[in-house]
Amino acid sequence: MEFFVFVCAALMILLGAVGVIVRKHPVHAALSLVLTLFGVAVLFIAQEAHFLAAVQVIVYAGAIVVLFLFVIMLLGVDRVENLRTEPLTAQRPLAIIASLGLLGVLVAAIVDGNGKINERGSGINVPDLQNGSDANTVQLAESIFSRYVVAFEVTSVLLVIAVVGTVLLTRKAKLGAK
Amino acid sequence: MIALDPLLQDDLLWAPLLIVLLKVLVVFVVGLLATMLMVWFERKAIAGMQNRIGPNKAGPFGILQTLADGIKLFFKEDLFPSRADRFVFALAPFLSFVPAFLAFAIIPLGGDFRNGSSGEVTLFGQVTRIQLADPPIGVLFALAISSIAVYGIMLAGWSSGSKYPLLGSVRATAQMVSYEAALGLSLACVLLLSGTLSTSGIVSAQTTIVDWHIISTGIVPFFIFMIAATAELNRPPFDLVEAEQELVGGFNTEYSSIRFALFYLAEFMNTVTMSALIVTLFFGGPQPIAVGNFVLDIPLLPNALEGTVWLLAKILVFLYIYIWFRATLPRLRYDQLMDLGWKLLIPASLGWFMLLAAQRLARQNNWNIFVVTGASIAVLLICYLLMQAAFARSTRERETQGTMF
Repeated sequence: MEFFVFVCAALMILLGAVGVIVRKHPVHAALSLVLTLFGVAVLFIAQEAHFLAAVQVIVYAGAIVVLFLFVIMLLGVDRVENLRTEPLTAQRPLAIIASLGLLGVLVAAIVDGNGKINERGSGINVPDLQNGSDANTVQLAESIFSRYVVAFEVTSVLLVIAVVGTVLLTRKAKLGAK
Repeated sequence: MIALDPLLQDDLLWAPLLIVLLKVLVVFVVGLLATMLMVWFERKAIAGMQNRIGPNKAGPFGILQTLADGIKLFFKEDLFPSRADRFVFALAPFLSFVPAFLAFAIIPLGGDFRNGSSGEVTLFGQVTRIQLADPPIGVLFALAISSIAVYGIMLAGWSSGSKYPLLGSVRATAQMVSYEAALGLSLACVLLLSGTLSTSGIVSAQTTIVDWHIISTGIVPFFIFMIAATAELNRPPFDLVEAEQELVGGFNTEYSSIRFALFYLAEFMNTVTMSALIVTLFFGGPQPIAVGNFVLDIPLLPNALEGTVWLLAKILVFLYIYIWFRATLPRLRYDQLMDLGWKLLIPASLGWFMLLAAQRLARQNNWNIFVVTGASIAVLLICYLLMQAAFARSTRERETQGTMF
């Protein structure tokens, strides 16, 4: 059963990932991204991480990709880009190096983590009728708001700075144009 | 583990599987029937409010009018506009129809929740809940589904390859995404008090009228939730998505035949689901009206079935309120819509959430609750004044520098 779910979800993720790169139309690419995100949410549920799955759908599929689509529609960039012209010449070799590096890191992490998963997962309460339905949510909240609270707050400050910076940049451009 | 339902705890045997299938069938049929009756009810009630007769030909009181319309739409020609993106155009109606039905799965449709009973019933020798699914994430599932429902409307407008539907869907997206924040924040107030995400847990926490979350969260989250839900449903007075006077017809202008019907089905289904969700969250769902030890009991009915009757009665009240909104309130202007969402509802729900959280902390630590409440209100007041100052400043700058947006 679990294997079957994994195969289906993995197929969804891979199809979506390939679609993001292959599809020429930005809207289609964004929709493929939604497929990938859904596949990841299914995998989260298969691993009993229900809260993460819900957040994955609400935040990524429900807000971020909607924002992508919104920008694509609003700015009307939904025409095919010319891939021949290269604004940054070093972009492609750098991208190849970066993706190879990422692949290496991922493979290393998987090889290193193989066999240690049970040991790391010990002490985590999986939600069921005895532990209560919110075992997941409670544990996540406890670790975010006690152990990692500084990182959490710093991240939110970072987001606020990004928002303020964006507003400031748009205002500057407007005033300069006058 | 798929859900908290005791039915699904052990290995799946034939009996549980059949019960689940039965539940799926019942929820689907009830959903479709409820939608059909809702369309009729809305037309009839609005006709009454506007001093008309309304549908009266098909069946007694015109109750089969929706069925007749549905059959008619089935036989209409299914048009594809030549500039449409065919795949997305065909996909969009289903993207708005399927979530509308999925969200109905987590509503407790009955069961005995009195005095902290778990609401479980025994069906063919199996213990289960009268609810299709009780996932551990509970109401977050409804939020996730409602955030998916945006895609249907958004892609429908875009894939039509025409100007006005695109405008309609861009409006819809901005509206639904911004009101989702207020929806989630007012929901958080309920979750703070109930201490659980599961819908059956939320219902069983609301035994007497004083425990109903509309009272225990202090009425404000309910109003915010109600307004945000109306905006999320794109119902009047927030129906800018299909403002006929401005957009010809809105996001579904290019749709015809059964695809058009699916959008309407989804909209009315969502109205029913959202009313059920409001009842579940704020009005005790299948709980009977109870004050102290007195319970308003319907005689002869078993308690579990009585829950269904109470739920239906409460849902009907909200369906009527939605119709009432439509008949009485004029549509908001787009900037008013955004101002209401971002400048009033989101700050208000955030502030109220902080107030409730402070009170809870005070109760846990045995602090003086009046002092804590007073201090919280003072802090919120300062925040409010700061926000007003910011608004005044931005208005002034806009006047001197010309409008930005």
